[in-house]
Amino acid sequence: MAATEIGLWGVPLAILAGAIRVSTPFIFVSLGEAITERSGRINLGLEGTLVFGAMIAYAIAYLTGSPWLGVLAAMASGAVFGLFHGWICKFPKVNDIAIGIAMMQFGLGMAFFFGKAFIQPVAPHLPAIGFGWWSSVPQVRAALDVNVLFLVGIALAIALYWAFRNTRIGLVIRVVGDSSDAARAMGLNPDAVRLLATAAGGALAAAGGAYLSLYYPGSWTEGISSGQGLMAVALVIFARWNPLGCLAAAILFGGAGALGPALQSVGVTGGYYLFYAAPYVLTLVIMIVTSSPGRAVAGAPGELSITR
Amino acid sequence: MSHKFIISRRQLLKTTAAGAALGIASSTFAVGRAAAADLTVGFVYVGPRDDYGYNQAHAEGAAVVKALAGVTVVEEENVPETVDVTKTMESMINLDGATLLFPTSFGYFNPFMLDTAAKFGDIQFRHCGGLWTDKNPTNTGSYFGYIGMGQYLNGIAAGHASKSKKIGFVAAKPIPQVLLNINSFLLGARSVDPEITCQVIFTGEWSLAVKEAEATNALIDQGADVITCHVDSPKVVVQTAAGRGAHVCGYHANQSPLAPEMYLTGAEWNWGKVYTDFVTAMKEGKPLPNFVRGGLKDGFVKMSPLGPAVSDKARAQFEATHAEIMKGGFSVIKGPLKDNKGNVIASAGQSYAEDAIELESMDYLVEGVVGATS
Repeated sequence: MAATEIGLWGVPLAILAGAIRVSTPFIFVSLGEAITERSGRINLGLEGTLVFGAMIAYAIAYLTGSPWLGVLAAMASGAVFGLFHGWICKFPKVNDIAIGIAMMQFGLGMAFFFGKAFIQPVAPHLPAIGFGWWSSVPQVRAALDVNVLFLVGIALAIALYWAFRNTRIGLVIRVVGDSSDAARAMGLNPDAVRLLATAAGGALAAAGGAYLSLYYPGSWTEGISSGQGLMAVALVIFARWNPLGCLAAAILFGGAGALGPALQSVGVTGGYYLFYAAPYVLTLVIMIVTSSPGRAVAGAPGELSITR
Repeated sequence: MSHKFIISRRQLLKTTAAGAALGIASSTFAVGRAAAADLTVGFVYVGPRDDYGYNQAHAEGAAVVKALAGVTVVEEENVPETVDVTKTMESMINLDGATLLFPTSFGYFNPFMLDTAAKFGDIQFRHCGGLWTDKNPTNTGSYFGYIGMGQYLNGIAAGHASKSKKIGFVAAKPIPQVLLNINSFLLGARSVDPEITCQVIFTGEWSLAVKEAEATNALIDQGADVITCHVDSPKVVVQTAAGRGAHVCGYHANQSPLAPEMYLTGAEWNWGKVYTDFVTAMKEGKPLPNFVRGGLKDGFVKMSPLGPAVSDKARAQFEATHAEIMKGGFSVIKGPLKDNKGNVIASAGQSYAEDAIELESMDYLVEGVVGATS
C-alpha cells in the first residue's frame, strides 16, 4: 500500500465515500417503504426484514458460493415477510403499526436464531466496480469502489419516480393510497394492491440487508444494522414519499455519517459525539425549515394511518 | 418464555407460603439438585458467544471448564443488561441447579447480580469487571485482567510492520481501560521507532458495525497501515482493514482466521485459566476468592500466535519483551512521559506497575497519540 498524504482532503473524500458506501441500505429500505406507504400502509417491520435479509443473503452466499444468489434469496424472504404483514393487515381493525413492530421483533428473532451458524464462516462478497481507475491516489480509488447495488438503487429511485407518475401500476398504487373508496369505485381491490406493495417493499428492504452483510461492512453479525432499517422508514416521511427524495436523503445520511470518523482522522478530535449526531441534527433542521403550520404534510398518502 | 413464567409463579407461591403441597414440591427440587451433576456452572453473555470478540473470549473459557470432569456448563447469550439477566440467573439456579454463576458483562453487576446474590445466599457469583468491594455480599466477587501489556506487544509487532510510521486505533469509548490500551499500543510501537504516531478514532459505542468500518477506512485514508481496536467485536475492523491492505493486531480473541495473511498478533483474554481456578476451588470445597486480577504473567491474558507477516527482527523483539514481562516488574507507563497536550505524566525514573491504582483513573493520551478523549 503506497502511503499518500491526503491530509484535509480526507474529509470531503470520506463524505463522498461514506455517501456511496453507507447509503445503499438506506436507499433500498426507504424506496421499499415508499412503495408500501404510497399504497396507504405503513410497514415498521422493515428493520426486522433488513436484518433477516442480511442473514439469509450471507447464509446462501456462503452455502452456494454465489453472492447474487444470496441477494435473490434475501429478496424472496423479504417478500414473504411483506406478504405476511400485508395479509394480517387485511383483516378489519388491525393496526398496521402494531403489526409492523411485531414483525420487526419476529424478523430479528428469526435472523438471530437461524444466523447462529453463520457468524463464524466467511461468505463471498458482492463485486464492486472501480470508478477510481483514473486516479493514482489509493484513497480515491478506494472511495470510488462502487458496489453494483448502489447503482441499482439509483436506477430504481429514478424508475420509481417515473413509474409513480407515468404508469398504470403507479397510478393504481397512488389511488389505493389516497382513497380506498375511490379505488373500489374504480373496481380495484385495495387489499390486494397493498399486499403486493408491502411484499415489494419487503423484498427491497431485504436487498438492503444483503448489501450490509455481503458488501459493507460485509459480515453477518447480530448488531449489523444498528437501527438503520428504522431510520430509513423515517427517511420516507422526511423525503415526502418521493423516490428521488428518498435517494437524496439516503445519500445525505450516508455522507453525514462518515463525517465523525473523518474529522477525527484529520485531527479535529473534540466533540465527536456532536459530529456523530450530525445526520439527526440535519434531519431536524430540514424538517423545521420545510414545515408549515398552515398545511398538512405535503405528499402524504391520504389512507396512511398516521395522517388519517 | 414459559420458563420465566414458571419461575415467577414458583417464587410467588414460595413467598406466600401457600401450604404443605408446596413444601413437598420444593424439597423434591432440593433433592433433585443434589443428585444432579456434582457442579453446575452458569455463564451469561451480553452478546453472541461467537462474535470473534469479548463474548467469544468468555465462551472459550467456558468451553475449558466444560471439559473438566464432573462439571456441567449452562450458557445463555444475548442477555441485555436489564432485569432480563436477573431472570436468566434465577432460571439457571432454579431450573438447572447452577451453584456458581459468571455474569460476564460490566452492566450486570449493580443492581442485578447484587440483588440476586442477596436472595440466593448459598450460590456463588463472580462478575467480570473489577467492581467488587468488601461492602458487597460475600457470595459475590470480581475477576478481571490487565490486558495493556498485550496491546504493548501488539504495538511492537505493529511498529515493525508499519512503513508509513502511522498506526491506527479504533476505540469505543474513552474510559481508562481503553485509554491504557491505546497508550500501550503506541508505546510498544515507539519502542521500535520513536517517530511512530498512532491515530485514534472513537466510535462512541461498543458495537456499531458500520461506524467501525467507516473509522477503519478513515484511518487508512490518512495513511495508517497497521490497525488495532478496542470494540466488543473486532470482526468488522479486522476484515475492513485487511481488505484495504493494512496489517491488523487483534483484541479480545484470536481473529487470525479472518485475515490470515495480514494478522500480526493479538491480545487475547485467557479466561479458561480463571474459570478453571474458580471451579477447582469450588469442587474441592475451598472458599472462592472474592477479587482476582492478573495480566500476561498471571495467565489471565495471552497473545495470538505471530502471523506470517511478522519479520524475524520483529519476532525477536516481541519474544524478548514477552519474556521480560513474564519475569515480572515490567512497566509500560514509565518516565519520562508526557501526554499529548504536553503535561508530564511521569518524570524520569518514575514508573507504574500494571496493577498501579493510578492507571485505573487514566484520562489522558500519551504523546504520539493523535486524538482527544472528548
